[in-house]
Amino acid sequence: MGMTVVLEVQNLSVAYAMPGGALQAVRDVSLSVARGEVLGIMGESGCGKSTLAAAMINLLPPAARVGQGAVRLNGTDMLRLAPAAQRALRGRSVAMVFQDPMTAFNPVLTIGQQVADFVGAHDASLARPDRLAAMLDRVGIPDAARCLGRYPHELSGGMRQRVAIAAALLMQPDVLIADEPTTALDVTMEAQIIHLLRDLRTTFDGAIVIVTHHLGVIAELCDRVAVMYAGEVVEEGPVDAIFHDPQHPYTRALLACDPAVVDPASGRLPTIAGRLPDLTAPPPGCAFEPRCGMALAVCSQPVPRRVPAAGRSVLCHRGAE
Amino acid sequence: MLAYAIRRVGLSLLILIVVMTAMYGMVFLVPGDPASLALGPRATPELKEALRERMGLDQPILTQIFLFFGNVLQGDLGTDVWSKRPVLDQILEVFPNTLILGSVALGWALVLGVLLGCAAVVWRDTVVDRLLGVLSVSVISVPSFVIAIYALIVFAVWLNWLPAIGAGEAGDLGSQARALVLPAFALGLGWVGYLARLIRASMLEVMEAPHIRTARAFGMSERDIVFRHALRVAIVPTISVLAVGFGGILSSAVFVESVFSRPGIGTLITAAVEKRNYPVVMGTVLFMTAFYLMIVTAADLLIARLDPRVRDVLRG
Repeated sequence: MGMTVVLEVQNLSVAYAMPGGALQAVRDVSLSVARGEVLGIMGESGCGKSTLAAAMINLLPPAARVGQGAVRLNGTDMLRLAPAAQRALRGRSVAMVFQDPMTAFNPVLTIGQQVADFVGAHDASLARPDRLAAMLDRVGIPDAARCLGRYPHELSGGMRQRVAIAAALLMQPDVLIADEPTTALDVTMEAQIIHLLRDLRTTFDGAIVIVTHHLGVIAELCDRVAVMYAGEVVEEGPVDAIFHDPQHPYTRALLACDPAVVDPASGRLPTIAGRLPDLTAPPPGCAFEPRCGMALAVCSQPVPRRVPAAGRSVLCHRGAE
Repeated sequence: MLAYAIRRVGLSLLILIVVMTAMYGMVFLVPGDPASLALGPRATPELKEALRERMGLDQPILTQIFLFFGNVLQGDLGTDVWSKRPVLDQILEVFPNTLILGSVALGWALVLGVLLGCAAVVWRDTVVDRLLGVLSVSVISVPSFVIAIYALIVFAVWLNWLPAIGAGEAGDLGSQARALVLPAFALGLGWVGYLARLIRASMLEVMEAPHIRTARAFGMSERDIVFRHALRVAIVPTISVLAVGFGGILSSAVFVESVFSRPGIGTLITAAVEKRNYPVVMGTVLFMTAFYLMIVTAADLLIARLDPRVRDVLRG
């Protein structure tokens, strides 16, 4: 099928200025996502996935510095655009849904005022109450017209996240980035939001990037997945292929730790022993080597990226020899 | 919200009663007899006794306090010892002057302070921000009467642009407005700096909030974010400071009113203190306390109005 790449991250490196030296949160990451495709970015806390998501819309924290690389939105490098040109793209070409719906809205303005301001920044005609209500209705908010007059704290977390998704979709962006969209919600709400996002796949023609540590979200929603570890994408490919045949030992360990697949009879939840390496001085070789059960002598050497099958890539010495 | 308003007003009344009792009690704590003080050293014992009787000072203390409350409730704050005029009349005569001075001073200080505070946030850590910081601290540090004296010398004496003393001709709004410019400038200048600093600090905290990041992610311009979203959150804690500040501005108006020989509560109370005119001092203090409590209560209600979370906590 003819896949038009709408968002492309190219050799991106992001570091945080820290008292002890630069913490390299994202290291030489390359990814792309095409129209109509859902890309999942998976990894444990601190692996750099949220920094990567923030870089995709170029809203990094003040301490973050882009070392090298590009984030191309429809071919234009976001990172090198003037601030006004970036603002023109944000919300309209690339929209974002954040992790915590509790704090993502202004507490003293009504939902309607805020969403109207968001879309009104680009197109005042979209800020009409009837259009806003229609969008809220589409994401399954009951009594949408009344919801516009409500304040954020009057809505449940799940409802707020629906509003956030509705607001993000109002402008029909080319790319929707969802940073841990279900993490702050309880299980029922989480299932509802996953359900909503899956429904949207059929009507929304842009690309979706979902950042999560939740394997279920990846399995339910994504076409492709990129597994991140210590700031690098260690494995990437179609979700089915990676879940059935993980090539990287870290992916394998991560999948084995999923509470959903662990045999309850064992009475134990597996964990990955050890911890993330110090990212102010990342090792020259494989970052996972100290925690890897199958490390070889060569693993302390720089790792080649291999392509085990079409559309897949893995960052591991094993299988390369 | 209504229940909260009633509770809040009730609390204010309670505070007022405590203040009144404490104030009346102080008359008995302070050595000396009000009647002898009022009549002077050459008064005969009979005259003093007559005055004491008229002032109700021969009654038992509880009766006196009761009478005092009764009088206040009827709008009687006592009678001026010297001019024999009701205290309330004198207060109401000059209070509008002070109120207008205070409102105009705080009003222009608020508008400019908010603008400068937001400017410091928009251009944070730049020359603009640092310059505003230095200027703010400078104007905060200079007392208002010093500013008043220099403003008077420069604009009234040297340049002769504005009147040096008084509150303007009665009935002539133009002359009243011209007479207001220098006092309001002197009284408000320090508050410009103070409010600019306060708004800046409050805004910087708000600008770190996740909802500001949401607004940025939707491509809202920084100016809209600051003025439409952040300021609405940042102004709420500023309102209580403003209310307290308004009380402070009315009391510190005394210096500015003295410098510009402007009739007002400040001039009334200084003259009364100098002449040991107790009923006027007490009446004025009581009046100002009541007014101050009213402003603070109004501010609390306004905060509840502006912050829906507070509103709901109160309703809940």
